[in-house]
Amino acid sequence: MKKLLTTAIVLAIFYVSHAIAGGDDTETLVRQDWAFEGMTGTFDREDLQHGFQVYKEVCAACHGIKRIRFRELSSLGYNEDEIKAIAAGYEVKVGPDDMGEMYDRAARPSDAFPPPYANDKAARAANNGALPPDLSLISKARVGGADYLYSLLTGYGGEVPAGQEVSEGLYYNPWFPGHQIAMVPPLQEGIVTYSDGSSPSIAEMAKAVTTFLAWAAEPEMETRKQSGIEALIYLAVFSLLMYLVMRQVWSRVEK
Amino acid sequence: MSSKVTRISNWIDYRLPIISMMKHELNEYPTPKNLNYWWNFGSLAGIVLMVMIISGIFLAMHYDPNTKNAFDSVEHIMRDVNGGWFLRYLHMNGASMFFIVVYIHIFRGMYYGSYKYPRELLWILGVVILLLMMATAFMGYVLPWGQMSFWGATVITNLFSAFPFGDSIVEWLWGGYSVDNPTLNRFFALHYLFPFLIVGVVFLHLIALHQHGSNNPLGIDRKEPRDSIPFHPYYTVKDLFGLGIFAFIWAFFIFFAPNFFGEPDNYIEADPLVTPPHIVPEWYFLPFYAILRSIPHKVAGVLAMVGAIFVLFFLPWLDTCKVRSAKFRPIYKKLFWLFVVNCFVLGFVGAHSPDEVFYYLGGMSNQELGQITTILYFAFFIIAVPLLGMFEKTTPLPASISEPVNRGGDRRKKSRQEAAA
Repeated sequence: MKKLLTTAIVLAIFYVSHAIAGGDDTETLVRQDWAFEGMTGTFDREDLQHGFQVYKEVCAACHGIKRIRFRELSSLGYNEDEIKAIAAGYEVKVGPDDMGEMYDRAARPSDAFPPPYANDKAARAANNGALPPDLSLISKARVGGADYLYSLLTGYGGEVPAGQEVSEGLYYNPWFPGHQIAMVPPLQEGIVTYSDGSSPSIAEMAKAVTTFLAWAAEPEMETRKQSGIEALIYLAVFSLLMYLVMRQVWSRVEK
Repeated sequence: MSSKVTRISNWIDYRLPIISMMKHELNEYPTPKNLNYWWNFGSLAGIVLMVMIISGIFLAMHYDPNTKNAFDSVEHIMRDVNGGWFLRYLHMNGASMFFIVVYIHIFRGMYYGSYKYPRELLWILGVVILLLMMATAFMGYVLPWGQMSFWGATVITNLFSAFPFGDSIVEWLWGGYSVDNPTLNRFFALHYLFPFLIVGVVFLHLIALHQHGSNNPLGIDRKEPRDSIPFHPYYTVKDLFGLGIFAFIWAFFIFFAPNFFGEPDNYIEADPLVTPPHIVPEWYFLPFYAILRSIPHKVAGVLAMVGAIFVLFFLPWLDTCKVRSAKFRPIYKKLFWLFVVNCFVLGFVGAHSPDEVFYYLGGMSNQELGQITTILYFAFFIIAVPLLGMFEKTTPLPASISEPVNRGGDRRKKSRQEAAA
């Protein structure tokens, strides 16, 4: 019976992990040691700021992050004045004013990042019919999460295998479902210069921007894991105490 | 001070005997002294239900059941509401925890024959709770209005089209010609209502339980006073210990793997124009989903899926064996564990697409595996259990809970009596 129980448990784990991974058909992604993984993982502040810069200077041309407000950039290590300056670089459409007109003004820390296009139709019109998704939740919305984003960003330029069709205006990328993606290879050497004057490689930029997007999808992650450690300690102590009380109480029962 | 409290409680109790009732049902309630840890899961299920209701009420204060705002309002809870991410992850993982606890509770009832005389209605009320839970969980999964919410709702509600006047039924369920705002609105209303129906049935379940008391691992009735102990403090403290361990596991998922049981596609807002490549239900529906898909005929498939749960209603009469506990039923015990394994395989089948082929099963397709396991599922209830009731040779039952060692106990007692004589 013990053996059967073990079998059942092993099968349960096997089956749940399969159900989550969605079967065997996902190819092995390029795995990275992310600083934010694990029970005590935190976001690397330098990667976050570099990633934000890559997002701002490269991705933001087509992709929005509409769920992030400028003030939330304080989590990246920026102070209030820096955030005000960043926000002031954007224009947001507000109103209507007393005359009933919508107007543009410089963004404030309480504003969300303005979208790159007025609406989805405008986005498709500007991108050959393809819709660049908003990136606020992207690392939670794709199987493989951060590893998928990193693999995708660094997956361009490989040799197209025989039999793989690549249509006009699309690019070969082994990590994208169907292996053809409308996104132009976004990262190039020298496209971004960090504030210390260094010019990052494609892999470095991909790592930084993936970290930034992982933060954008789960800005609560560091608080969550910190509270989690406290909760687990509390519950472990509670369980132990209850176990001892139970032993004490049950010692009165005749076997 | 305390005498004042006593006086007030006496005053109340004289007029409304609620305090003595609680004392009777929770404090003095006699319970078999030999319950093992599998008996923890009933109280755990009750606790999860309360946590789900309370967290759900607070989520409802911030959620907006409108197709234009639902997805955004969930993200608003996750990002802007104080502790909102905790509430939402607690509730989301709570659904999975609830099903884990309840499935274990049901398997325990099956192993120890807790559905047998005189607890048939207790069991049936439990199956009603399971059905209500499934409806509640299904509608709750639609509320975040992600891609899986939308497409899951579309696929499952479409099942009703298999029946006569099916198209009209489906339109009536939807409140329109597709899953849309009216659907989301009513699902939200019903998702809020159903848990309170569950609470009602849980009370009936408890009344039925307290009528004849808990079954026990030996499956024999209590005969002498020393077979029983009061529920409090013995089982209150044991339940609290179990709660600690359970909450630890739940907390692990909430804080460290909150999306473990979820689908990444549900973080994409619902889009009626884009169908996800794999539409899969939540894990707790996978075995039933597998039964549905295994049968190539649509009506038969739906009936088989519904039948897989409804067959549980008849279990007390399908099983004619008078011995409750599988401890004394050697063949039933083995078949029970095979049934459990079969349920897991069904779940595995439900998670994979039907045309997948497993080379390690001799090139068997997922469809075929699903058909075999579906047949085995029903064969357990309809063939194996009734036949065992007729032909199984059970091992001798102990004389009482306090004399669990069968003959040895008797012999020792006898020799003691002889010595005394």
